[in-house]
Amino acid sequence: MAESREILLPDAAAGSDTGEPLRELEGERMVLNVGPSHPATHGVLRIVLELDGEIITKARPEIGYLHRGDEKIAENMTYTQFIPYTDRLDYLAPLANNVAYALAVEKLLGIDRQLPPRCQYIRVICCELARLSSHLLGMGSYAMDVGAMTVFLHTFTEREKIYNLCESLTGARFTTAYTRIGGLSRDLPPGWVEQCRKFLHEVVVNIDETETFLTRNRIFMDRTQGVGVIPKDVAIDYGLSGPNLRGSGVDHDLRKAHPYLVYDQLKFDVPVGATGDCYDRYLVRVEEMRQCVRLLHQCLDKLPGGPINVPDGKVVLPPKDRVLTRMEELIHHFINVTQGVNAPPGEIYFGHENPKGELGFYINSKGGGTPHRLKIRSPSFVNLSILSHLLPGHMLSDVTAVLGSFDFVMGEADR
Amino acid sequence: MTSLELAQQLRGGFPGLISEPSEFRGEVTLKVSDAERMPEICALAKKELGFDYLVDITSIDNYGEDPRFTLVYHLYGYGHHCQLRLKTEVSDEKSEVPTVTVVWRTADWHEREIYDMMGIRFRGHPDLRRILMWEGYPYFPLRKDFPLAGKPSDVPEVAFTNPSPMAGGPFVTIAGGKDTIAREPRVRIPETDALETNARLERRQDVREAHGHAHGPGPIEPKKGAS
Repeated sequence: MAESREILLPDAAAGSDTGEPLRELEGERMVLNVGPSHPATHGVLRIVLELDGEIITKARPEIGYLHRGDEKIAENMTYTQFIPYTDRLDYLAPLANNVAYALAVEKLLGIDRQLPPRCQYIRVICCELARLSSHLLGMGSYAMDVGAMTVFLHTFTEREKIYNLCESLTGARFTTAYTRIGGLSRDLPPGWVEQCRKFLHEVVVNIDETETFLTRNRIFMDRTQGVGVIPKDVAIDYGLSGPNLRGSGVDHDLRKAHPYLVYDQLKFDVPVGATGDCYDRYLVRVEEMRQCVRLLHQCLDKLPGGPINVPDGKVVLPPKDRVLTRMEELIHHFINVTQGVNAPPGEIYFGHENPKGELGFYINSKGGGTPHRLKIRSPSFVNLSILSHLLPGHMLSDVTAVLGSFDFVMGEADR
Repeated sequence: MTSLELAQQLRGGFPGLISEPSEFRGEVTLKVSDAERMPEICALAKKELGFDYLVDITSIDNYGEDPRFTLVYHLYGYGHHCQLRLKTEVSDEKSEVPTVTVVWRTADWHEREIYDMMGIRFRGHPDLRRILMWEGYPYFPLRKDFPLAGKPSDVPEVAFTNPSPMAGGPFVTIAGGKDTIAREPRVRIPETDALETNARLERRQDVREAHGHAHGPGPIEPKKGAS
């Protein structure tokens, strides 16, 4: 049963009657809990906000709801066995994670420069498809966060096509686990290049169309321009990476700064924002999608033939017919499966330009088939750490605009 | 300017404190013998040598060795595009190092994560709480003596504030309540399973006692000849 109670309000007029000076009433701060499961948080993120009216005075992000202990798991299995776990980091771009992890292990083994050209091109195609898919989702869900539903339907139509491509390429739509240490799990299926080209012709039209919903949309501009401004120095200080860093005007892209695979042979531009607000981060992503299409066209045109794996039986599983007929290959197969790739003692860090930012793998090896320590430097984790600095001073309704513009994934933030 | 030159410059700033740079796969590593001096060294690396981007901080547990923990700092400079790795060690007894959040604010969450996973405390950190595990979790899961399968621990109480407006009413199920299963409409009763049916009848009794009347379709009679 609800009990009625009297609400005592300070009577300002009464104060003036008694001759006391009027003082500004200070409202009680209200604590508001956003999440952990909220449609605008893109995963299980919780933010404890302290509000003064509608203005945020304090923000405390709470993460860890999706913590699975991936780093601990990695210490207990071979390098190859960990590949499927990388799908589950940034689960919106699993192909890019696969490539990043494979390149990190290959750097440790010292074979990252020996990859066959066909493998390198296919890996670039994987990365850019993943970027396109991730940014399409980022764009669609961002539009939905700030109140536009239609964009989401358009971008998801295109993502569906990417998933179909992924399915015919890897056998899975979501959990691809496509790369192997020293190569790929399989070559492109017949007709895939044509399918991909067809998709690229469709997607550019769709990106242009979808952009007309947002880029010059008065409501969208009002909600994003001048909101969540991150100056250049603050962005660097908080270690932001990817489109969030470039939105703030820092011209840094690992594909340009430290080219891996065949990025140094491909032409593409790195879009950079001017003011560092939500609108700039959005624009950077839209332009990156067009650059993805440009890169993909170049890759498909230049795609060379030849093997897709490093010709080293101690790294890559030998072909099955040889395993069954030859002693040496049988031994390689057995050692590879039971003990893993024998890595030298040492430590490496490899940073990869993932759709969300710099995905880094630090591997500390004491030799043998399992890492002694594998640290995942995930872009979403680092990008989110700026929230407690950025949100105070904003209106409550801007929280969704700011969160959406960061385009984070909790799967990789919590690992 | 290469990473190696920058490393030598940093080494020159602190004579006797930093080891000869070692190179592996094109990456330069410096070892700092005294973890207490890390903030100074990092501040110099940032201000004088242009390492303005702290990529990552990591911890390693060298279980069975002394000192037990290694801290790994990855530095990067946007001006010169050079990388540098700093490593320092801290013993199990001490498990404490000064924070570098004063140098790079991004160190905040990295240090919280290391504290959470490895149990190394960062002196002077503005808000050293667990980040991935919950407050009050008793272990440090990334230590090598922590089993992969985990250890049982108490899950924190779910923090409820006021009862919800319809609490106790016919449509609200209280998590973990006595009548949870009986109220759950998706629970299906195998009609031939007399034991299960009887158990359900008992639970219905609970409901009746708690609320004065039973909600839903009412008791199900056991099938004749089932038991």
